[in-house]
Amino acid sequence: MSVIAHDEQDVVVKDPDEGHPSLIKRLANTQSVWILGVLLVIIAFFSITGGSNFLSVSNFSLIAQNVSVWAVLGIGMTFVIITSGIDLSVGSVLVFSSVVAAKAMEAMGDGAGAAMVGILIALVSGAAWGCLNGFLVAKAKIPPLIVTLGSLSVALGLAQVITSGIDIRSVPEVMTDFNTYTKILGLPSLPFVALLLLVIGGVVLHKTKFGRYTYAVGSNEESARRVGVKVDRHLILIYALSGLLAGVGAIMSLCQFGTTTIAGQSLTNLNVIAAVVIGGTSIFGGEGTIFGTVVGLFIPAVLQAGFVIIGVQPFWQGVAVGSVLVAAVYVDQSRRAAALRGANSPSPLRALLRRNK
Amino acid sequence: MTTPILEARKISRSFGHVRALDQADFDVNEGEVVAIIGDNGAGKSTMVKALTGNLALDSGELLFQGNPVEITTPQQASALGMEVVYQDLALAPHLNPVQNMFLGRELPRRGILGHLGFMDEKKMRASAEQSFAELGGTVRSFTAPIGSMSGGQRQQVAIARAISWADKLVFLDEPTAALGVVQTKNVLESIKRVKAKGIAVVLISHSMPHVIEVADRVHVMRLGTRVATYDAKKTSVEELVGAMTGALDKQNGAAA
Repeated sequence: MSVIAHDEQDVVVKDPDEGHPSLIKRLANTQSVWILGVLLVIIAFFSITGGSNFLSVSNFSLIAQNVSVWAVLGIGMTFVIITSGIDLSVGSVLVFSSVVAAKAMEAMGDGAGAAMVGILIALVSGAAWGCLNGFLVAKAKIPPLIVTLGSLSVALGLAQVITSGIDIRSVPEVMTDFNTYTKILGLPSLPFVALLLLVIGGVVLHKTKFGRYTYAVGSNEESARRVGVKVDRHLILIYALSGLLAGVGAIMSLCQFGTTTIAGQSLTNLNVIAAVVIGGTSIFGGEGTIFGTVVGLFIPAVLQAGFVIIGVQPFWQGVAVGSVLVAAVYVDQSRRAAALRGANSPSPLRALLRRNK
Repeated sequence: MTTPILEARKISRSFGHVRALDQADFDVNEGEVVAIIGDNGAGKSTMVKALTGNLALDSGELLFQGNPVEITTPQQASALGMEVVYQDLALAPHLNPVQNMFLGRELPRRGILGHLGFMDEKKMRASAEQSFAELGGTVRSFTAPIGSMSGGQRQQVAIARAISWADKLVFLDEPTAALGVVQTKNVLESIKRVKAKGIAVVLISHSMPHVIEVADRVHVMRLGTRVATYDAKKTSVEELVGAMTGALDKQNGAAA
């Protein structure tokens, strides 16, 4: 049966760059680039309406300041959501970690030594909560939504028990000074820390085996298991990472506000999740980028700042972000459905790029 | 007669009252394509599971290159140079063909970066492209996610993955079940190429013409045991169907 040797598929003329699509082309197909476009439109809008007040260094440095903590939580959340999980507990874990750290630092005084111990405690506390979440998800097979809903409640409750619900305000001056005065490479300290962690997170997610397995687990857990990926261990590590980063967030929040924020983090988890999803990470798992998360974080932050500057009630921010969230997921879903039908993604942006050639 | 690369002697396995494998024999020689056919529930898939460490046996023995072995985990089977392509393919739809091919066996970068978990993407890609080319290359894009590809292309990725890790034996469980005509041809062509590389193939299929086309020998299973073995060149669809259904109840061809 020699008929087989050459079927019509072999005759198809190869698109010269089909095997190696250019970076721009591939980027045009990712939601994060779309959302970046939306962000740029928002920035352009406020630049016109708000003028130099909006386009000032101080405004952008304030925006960066405001997203720093969320950005750090967003790294962990991106990993978690790519595994098709969710971590609702980040805000509470942040509160708990900052409370235990602040307690310890209160007892130790105002020095750098106390700050170091506090930082260590916050990190350990965050990682421990994350490990607990991960263990319950991976080994006890409880759905992540339930596990982290539980730890959300427990961590916040315990933080309130420890403090009787009253914020601890005795944060060592070294920490608040780090936020107020320190600049690293020209950037304010907290945004610098966030940026550094984002870069590391992005490299780990996109360039290492750990990142590759994160996608694999979210894409098809069974196939990952069959090829020998230690899925349970990986899930535990992912939730531990998310917890650890909540611990980092706790320290940053202490630096930023000089106090614990027991009542102030109740919506942090949802805001971070919204940012991650707006940035193109699929809640069904297997897809997502750290870059998208960054863009997704800036949309609410820029809206907030912009509304204040042009004198619109900042409450509109919630309305806008919610709408963007739903629209973004809808667009992403249709794009994905089209891709699954076998067609190349019919994104208009890509069509534009084609036309310009 | 040469020593079979993998041989099963009188293996049995029951599930409750059902004897899924009943004193069944099996053998495959080096570089040979063996097909296992049989009606639904005849024990084909159970046989493959038993041979690849996915199912514990009640009795009977396995011999690998003539030596008795116990294969109790899929990892052991892999270590012996055997891989299975499952019916559901077990690919990660969001990853691209190269990533899928090396999933779980990523090549590390050289030096310290490799120890930190960085991967040698270039080398993996080059090696994957070569494997796909050897299979006749219907996979065109190496950067698109598998989920956006056709069933035939996915099948080819799964086969390419299996043969790049198996140097002795590949099991294909119904590789053409969900495929169109052209894609089926490509898969059959791939099987021939695998054989040409000197790797033995065990093919489970319902499709008699395909079996006759690519296989060297055909094992017919019925009621959990091998009832006949035919030389694929000298048999016909009618004969195979007869043996499958029991209409032709005799031990034909070369006995094991």
